[in-house]
Amino acid sequence: MTILLFLLVVSLIIAALGLAAFLWSLRTGQYDDLDGAANRILFDDD
Amino acid sequence: MAGLGPAMTATLDLPLPPTAPAETACAHCGLPTPAGKRFCCPGCEAAFGIIQGLGLGRYYQQRLLDIGARALRPEPAERWDLARHVAARPDGGFELTLAVDGLQCGACVWLIESVLAKQPDILAGRVNMTTRRLHLAWRGVAADADRLVAGIEALGYRLVPFDMTALNAAQDRKGRMLLRCLAVAGFAATNVMLMSIAIWAGESGIIGPATVALLHWVSALIAMPAVAYAGRPFFGSAFAALRQGRTNMDVPISIGVLLVTGMSLVQTIQRGADTYFDSAVTLLFFLLIGRVLDHRARGRARATAEQLLTLRMTDVAVVQADGTVRRVAQEQVAEGDRILVASGERIGVDGVVETGATSLDASLVTGESLPVAAEPGTAVFAGSLNLGATVTVRATATGGSTLLAECVRLIEAAETRRGRFVVLADRVARRYAPTVHVCALSTFLWWFFVAGVPIGQALLTATSVLIITCPCALALAVPAVQVIATGRLFHGGILLKSPTALERLADVDTVVFDKTGTLTEPLLALAECRDAEALAEAAAMAGCSRHPLARSLVSAAGRVAPASDVTEHPGQGLSRMTDAGESRLGSRAFCGGSERAAAGPELWLSRPGRAPMRFGFDERLRTDAVQTVDRLRAMGLKLALLSGDRPAQVERIAAALGIADWRAGCSPVDKVALIEAMGANGGKVLMVGDGLNDSPALAAASVSASPSTAADVSQTVADLVFQGAKLGPVALALNTARRSRSVMRQNLVLSIGYNVLMVPLAVCGWVSPWLAAAAMSSSSLLVMANSLRLHGRTDA
Repeated sequence: MTILLFLLVVSLIIAALGLAAFLWSLRTGQYDDLDGAANRILFDDD
Repeated sequence: MAGLGPAMTATLDLPLPPTAPAETACAHCGLPTPAGKRFCCPGCEAAFGIIQGLGLGRYYQQRLLDIGARALRPEPAERWDLARHVAARPDGGFELTLAVDGLQCGACVWLIESVLAKQPDILAGRVNMTTRRLHLAWRGVAADADRLVAGIEALGYRLVPFDMTALNAAQDRKGRMLLRCLAVAGFAATNVMLMSIAIWAGESGIIGPATVALLHWVSALIAMPAVAYAGRPFFGSAFAALRQGRTNMDVPISIGVLLVTGMSLVQTIQRGADTYFDSAVTLLFFLLIGRVLDHRARGRARATAEQLLTLRMTDVAVVQADGTVRRVAQEQVAEGDRILVASGERIGVDGVVETGATSLDASLVTGESLPVAAEPGTAVFAGSLNLGATVTVRATATGGSTLLAECVRLIEAAETRRGRFVVLADRVARRYAPTVHVCALSTFLWWFFVAGVPIGQALLTATSVLIITCPCALALAVPAVQVIATGRLFHGGILLKSPTALERLADVDTVVFDKTGTLTEPLLALAECRDAEALAEAAAMAGCSRHPLARSLVSAAGRVAPASDVTEHPGQGLSRMTDAGESRLGSRAFCGGSERAAAGPELWLSRPGRAPMRFGFDERLRTDAVQTVDRLRAMGLKLALLSGDRPAQVERIAAALGIADWRAGCSPVDKVALIEAMGANGGKVLMVGDGLNDSPALAAASVSASPSTAADVSQTVADLVFQGAKLGPVALALNTARRSRSVMRQNLVLSIGYNVLMVPLAVCGWVSPWLAAAAMSSSSLLVMANSLRLHGRTDA
């Protein structure tokens, strides 16, 4: 049963990392201009 | 997205002028050029040179010109008092936000940012394509703003300083808060569901009670903080409603979620078998999806509406004591200031003409379609268009006596008289919440007192009733439809500004139109022209002027290359030297026109060796006005026309459209009174109007619409704003609203039907956690799928 405890904690940590990444991307304004992001990828070359 | 602003692509039943020989497109802006030339004007040639010089020539290969957007031709820019809008940054730099007009596609974003990146001292120059705003930050001095902005304007874009209002920032914060809540709820929902599936699987006996207890505890540790965090938008709104003695949909949601979480915690502590943490967080997750989409759709419509108003903002030329002219913002003009209004410019403030005589197009202000004469002593109102010579206006009091102040007062009065509209979801919630809570309470009482089960067991059964009835599908029923309908309307050029407008539109049984600028086109149209060749020649000259009559002439002539050697004589007209002598286009006196010709707005063309020729102008119906009015009539709506114009003009338009119920010469007060009378008889009125004089009527009607060419006040008051040169969006909006309402009702029936089916099971105590989760998700998905049906049909 120890393995269960270990796996639970690991899976929660991984999921929490995903959540943190999303909150970070939100705070840095990456969802503010979705149209622009879709077009920008065609031009960013420098 | 199609471009902002009305596309002036009017056609006229006139013989088409012979097209200019070998028409070519300008290498920079794509407009037609004189034969044999690469550029249409020196401005474009310079812009092309700048872009090539910076090594950004790739722009021309990669762009996609948007026909609906403003062409990229550099125009003499208004000089803004930019310093007023520049803000200091904590790091010692400065920043400025501007609305950008003329963005064609992603290449324009790349071009603007690349040009800015090559400037010295630039910290940030970033275009937001969604909101069409440019954010600039730089080191150095505040006055550098002029240099940076001028550099972009030279490429042909138009930049207008944009003030971030407090409202705007609050909207932004709320959107982010909802997204954060959504993320937390999503995280909790997936992880708790993982535990739950293990627990449900364990019911067959493969895991022991100690493991189940552990999984329950982990679920509780994830779910409880998540509910506390992600539930805030609902708790806040429910609390506010309860404090005012009302209920809304958030009340049963909040009570349900809190009770379910609390009950599950008690179960976990007592090592009971059933917890409902998964239901609580999944419910929040579903509901938040609806909220986020709803917020996005409305925020986008509002941002576009703001953009439209910002781009129309102009500043005012104030004559200083020493005779020089300084351009300042409208609100900085003081009483008694002398203001210079050039030909073709809109008057920025209310005032009295001091010097000069001209004719004014006051259609946006009074609804009068034909120009009125103004001479020293005439009172003029902000929003009137100067059609004639340059005049000086002395600004009068901006206080209680002006027309604008009078309209604002009438708007406020009309809005307080108009009852608060209760949206469908809230009307349902008012009955739903008490029913559900009584049902859960009686379940508890019956099980505890009659059936005699232990209190914990009775509480659990009562809680399962609350879970099953938790209005997940019900709460999605309306927003899901609203999101899709708002998106559809947005693509049709309609900006829905009020969240309740869709439902109010669906109830409409009477449509009241204003005439000038609403049924008719905002610009006067060419009505008299006897010679197509002369029209082409006149249009080539007129292409160089921003005068409203010149612009009408150009739009009537179709695609004609503007002549390059035209001189403008302010207040008189245009002249051009040809091989045979001088051609002139302008006022009767300037061109030597005959005195016997008809009255009304006109332009004259004089050519060497030929008699001067008159172009007469008159108002004209929007191209699809007749079809739209017929369609509205076919939808069973009563139609009426209320205008401030003189009877002869109104009767002509009413007859052309077959509207029997018309009134002419209405003052703003008359319009409000007539609309309120219709409302008092139980009618639900949609008012469509554009003028300042219509704004109180817009506020008095149960729902209102304005074209995007309308006066600022009218656009602010109106519930929806439609773009483009057509009237069709009004019918599209009504049609979409009616269909949305029927889908909303289906959704409500679906979700209430599901409750009616499931509640008896819950009351009997037969509902297990997995059944609750499955039923809740499936009913929510069913409602979503039903709402998506709105997408498919394009018969509007």
